[in-house]
Amino acid sequence: MQAPAITEKMPRLRLSAAAIYRLGVASRSIAAIAGGYVLAALATMLLSVCLPMARAEAVMTATLLSFAIYTCAVLWVFATGSALRAWLGLLIPGAVIAAILQWTGALSWSLA
Amino acid sequence: MKEGFRQSMAWLHTWSGLLVCWILLLVFCAGTASYYRNEITLWMQPELHGAAASKVTTEAAATAAQQAMQERAQGAPRWFISLPGERTPATQLGWSKPSKPGEKKRGRRGNFHSEMADPATGDVLSKPRETRGGEFLYRLHFDLHYMSAIWGRWIVGFCAMFMLVSIISGIVTHKRIFKDLFTFRPKKGQRSWLDAHNVTAVLALPYHLMITYTGLVTLMFLYMPSGATAAYKGDQDTFFAEAFPGGSNDRKVSGVAAPLTPFAPLVRQAEQHWGGTVERISVNHPGDANAVITLSRAAGRDMSSKQPSMDFDGVSGKLLSTNGDELPGASATHGVMYGLHIAHFGGPLLRALFFLSGLAGCAMVATGALLWAVKARQKQAKALAAGKRPSFGLRLVEALNIGSIAGIPIAFGAYFWANRLLTVRMENRPQEEIACFFGAWALAAIVAQLRPSRAMWRTQLAAGAFLFCALPMLNVFTTQSHLGVTLFMGQGPASVAAFDLVVLVLGMGLAYAAYKLKPVPAKAVKTAAATKPVISTMEAA
Repeated sequence: MQAPAITEKMPRLRLSAAAIYRLGVASRSIAAIAGGYVLAALATMLLSVCLPMARAEAVMTATLLSFAIYTCAVLWVFATGSALRAWLGLLIPGAVIAAILQWTGALSWSLA
Repeated sequence: MKEGFRQSMAWLHTWSGLLVCWILLLVFCAGTASYYRNEITLWMQPELHGAAASKVTTEAAATAAQQAMQERAQGAPRWFISLPGERTPATQLGWSKPSKPGEKKRGRRGNFHSEMADPATGDVLSKPRETRGGEFLYRLHFDLHYMSAIWGRWIVGFCAMFMLVSIISGIVTHKRIFKDLFTFRPKKGQRSWLDAHNVTAVLALPYHLMITYTGLVTLMFLYMPSGATAAYKGDQDTFFAEAFPGGSNDRKVSGVAAPLTPFAPLVRQAEQHWGGTVERISVNHPGDANAVITLSRAAGRDMSSKQPSMDFDGVSGKLLSTNGDELPGASATHGVMYGLHIAHFGGPLLRALFFLSGLAGCAMVATGALLWAVKARQKQAKALAAGKRPSFGLRLVEALNIGSIAGIPIAFGAYFWANRLLTVRMENRPQEEIACFFGAWALAAIVAQLRPSRAMWRTQLAAGAFLFCALPMLNVFTTQSHLGVTLFMGQGPASVAAFDLVVLVLGMGLAYAAYKLKPVPAKAVKTAAATKPVISTMEAA
């Protein structure tokens, strides 16, 4: 991989452009694998609780969709402009879903 | 990341594919073989080839099986019977042995007895050599080996997720997906590999997408349990009871002896009800007043993996319940997705197409891995021309490519050879066969790491080609059901002949690849110098 040329100087952190690039890739990889999974798991929970069908059916539907959600999250992480944006793009929807779940009382069970 | 959406997706495609491609190749090869797992098992038990598969109706087979069980499975708390079908000529009888008081539990396998019986008479077939057969390849496909099944499943699931990401990003990055399908530029080094990768990937693209996603679906409650946990407040058991409803199988033993009702009328009733044949019969507490007989339908009536079942009272023969006749939408979807992955519904032609698509998948993974190495070598062309060594990463990838692409066929070949050559009454025979599989593969992989060169490609491909091509010949010396009998005299099971022919064709493919890697003449070496990647002139087989 070739590192993108970074023109502005970074006086405090004396990292080479290649090192910054690698850190970015590492950060995105963690975001994609772990963050993407957590987001997909939360979305699955939300759908399982909210979908207007029988309980088992809702779980079945949500779980079937979960891998598509995971894939989309991973693509987003690597498509977006910076690693920071990638993390924010996972954290914000994740936090919103978690808040809704907390509010409906579905989250406490899963964390136990 | 590179600038631009398409570039970043190309980057993602490259790396998500490369990092797991060697495990994926093993999973793909084992999975492709698993479409013919029954046939492979039959091939690996030549003692059963002679057993004339007498064609009988399911009712007659059920009656014969019931008689055999009543004689041989005295006092067993549970019976399991698999009636013969198109792909399994013999009846399979199994029962859990009655546990003696004070005896320690020996786990599920230790207490279970199983044997093959003639469908018409119920007599035990001559005891075949012990082998895991196709079952080993099937388990290898998602459990791997030498580790607990759970670890294996998580690793395979992790790799499958990488593959899904790789496929989607591969599609996104592809500008001319339709046009490329008809593009093949042979003998052009990197171009040819790119085209070969595109053709194998795009040609069977719906299959690749389907098989990857449905593969994740088969184990989805392991990988993604959060939905069930949230909706059922942590009570997974209730979820499974609601999502996969069973029947009235939970009746307790009464202690009062009562004769078991004949199977045949129940089989007739069930087959009329479903319009399909019965495959499995299981009996809880046979000989007791509270016995329950459960019949399940054979696959093939529709695409779903979820087959309906019927429970009958074991004494009166009264219908207790029907299960799974009408599935709700999501559950039916799950069943169809699961069914698509295991493809039990397919007839011979459809099964062959799945097998070919699986081979295309193997080729897609392999050409992708090769493409990375060819590209990397081109990037380092100047340094290599100046006499420098290839980078560590390139060397590692090239060696892993040899060890997997050429090494996995060697492992498969060694497994089949071991089945014919190991002493028939050997102790732990199944484990020894599996040890041959991994021993041969480890040898190939290690030798490849020591000398990842063009000559190594050629040697290993030739070794694989020999092992595969010589299998039908080996059969002549070790069995009575070689091609001379099965093909030319038309005796014995057709699937055994088909196995021999398929391995012969696969072996010839490997031989062709090895032939294409013949040493480059001295002149060409001078002009091409070190810029030519070791495998660039090898055409896609």
